[in-house]
Amino acid sequence: MYNFEFTKPTTVEDAAKAMSAEGAQALGGGQTLLPTMKQRLAMPEILVSLTDVEGMVGVSKAGTTLTIGGGTTHAQVATDAAASYPGLSALADGIGDPAVRNRGTIGGSLANNDPAACYPAAALASGATITTNKRDILADNYFQGMFETALDETEIVTAVSFPIPEKSNYQKFVQPASRFALVGVFVAKTADGVRVAVTGASNGGVYRWTEAETALNGDFSARAIEDMSGDATDMITDLHGSAEYRAHLVGVLTRRAVVASS
Amino acid sequence: MPTISMNVNGTSVSAEVENRTVLAAALRENLGMTGTHIGCDTSQCGACVVHVNGKAVKSCTIFAVEADGAEVSTIEGQADADGSLNVIQQAFQDHHGLQCGFCTPGMIMTAAALLEENPKPTEAEIRDHLEGNICRCTGYQGIVNAIMAASGQNSAIAAE
Ligand SMILES: Cc1cc2nc3c(=O)[nH]c(=O)nc-3n(C[C@H](O)[C@H](O)[C@H](O)COP(=O)(O)OP(=O)(O)OC[C@H]3O[C@@H](n4cnc5c(N)ncnc54)[C@H](O)[C@@H]3O)c2cc1C
Ligand code: FES
Ligand code: FES
Repeated sequence: MYNFEFTKPTTVEDAAKAMSAEGAQALGGGQTLLPTMKQRLAMPEILVSLTDVEGMVGVSKAGTTLTIGGGTTHAQVATDAAASYPGLSALADGIGDPAVRNRGTIGGSLANNDPAACYPAAALASGATITTNKRDILADNYFQGMFETALDETEIVTAVSFPIPEKSNYQKFVQPASRFALVGVFVAKTADGVRVAVTGASNGGVYRWTEAETALNGDFSARAIEDMSGDATDMITDLHGSAEYRAHLVGVLTRRAVVASS
Repeated sequence: MPTISMNVNGTSVSAEVENRTVLAAALRENLGMTGTHIGCDTSQCGACVVHVNGKAVKSCTIFAVEADGAEVSTIEGQADADGSLNVIQQAFQDHHGLQCGFCTPGMIMTAAALLEENPKPTEAEIRDHLEGNICRCTGYQGIVNAIMAASGQNSAIAAE
């Protein structure tokens, strides 16, 4: 790994200022960034640690909205969201392994937008709002393809607000070597209708499976989507599974998520 | 080069590291504490697990400068001062929880973190918690048995 300059600001303003320098990049929990720096896929000249930035850690509920600080670890979300949003808590508890969950953060996961990551499915299915130091971005506008988001280079994810659904569940078919999702499906039943978000499957990154949403809006049961599977046209084919296999999994996991939702 | 200060196993230490030095390398190379192993160096195997401020983390995947000011526990701090093994270490020995021993420091530190938050885990919980720790030798059953025993529970196969 190449060396870099390191700064550890304590306020969002100072972090944003530091990130506006040429070659600067944010460091969250480092659970994605360190491995990519070791591979020299990322070569930041300056790392801006968000670890000590005030006000970016915590889980709080106001009415029917759960707000999570961008620097909150997966482990803390698993614990602190358990009572208020069990579907999200269970998702956080299934990311990687305990040591990854103790470091990795929700802001880092959403900023990275790995096509096989778990949080993007929860954010999109819940209709979450991603808050940065500059603006609020609806999840529907935030995810823009594999590793692509609406964030500009100096934006920091400071918080994520999830409207808490009536029922929800995340089903992850684990890719056993990486522990990411081979395919993952998050189903959220809200007062405004059902939202189904699929991760791990598409070349375009996380997406909403609208056909299933329509069917589930009529009848929220596995029966309503009995014969449906995803559209394999633009799905990922790799050594772990073909596009057709992933498309099949999308149907299976969605049905399981509907049955398991609570 | 920046100087970092940490409390490692109850002792205050400082080390001069590069910004890019990971905690595992700082422990091993700067502080000469080679109990923490680097297996994969790609966040997969868990051989490097230590506790930072009470939480189990992969020390190959945290920069030493991020651990500045932290309390760090490593395998070297697990045995008593007179060298007698702690209950988890003893159980690993009694239940064939290790063969070559390469993964063992990470296994012990991961097990210690588990028992801290869940003193009587089920076998399934133990296996789930070991998701990020790879052992090339034991086939895991001995490790699971050891952790069951260390938590005062009967394991499937008792020590012989
Ligand atoms: C073994 C292993 C297994 C894993 N399994 C899973 C899994 O099953 N599911 C899953 O979803 N993920 C998984 N991950 C990834 C993990 O969840 C990471 O923690 C996460 O993707 C990145 O979060 P981080 O805080 O570690 O970010 P970092 O690694 O620090 O940063 C990642 C990227 O986000 C940027 N960034 C970080 N924080 C912010 C912020 N607040 N605002 C703006 N940009 C920011 C960084 O500049 C960088 O580009 C796994 C990782 C490992 C090592
Ligand atoms: S050496 Fe750190 S996880 Fe393998
Ligand atoms: S005892 Fe050899 S790797 Fe686990």
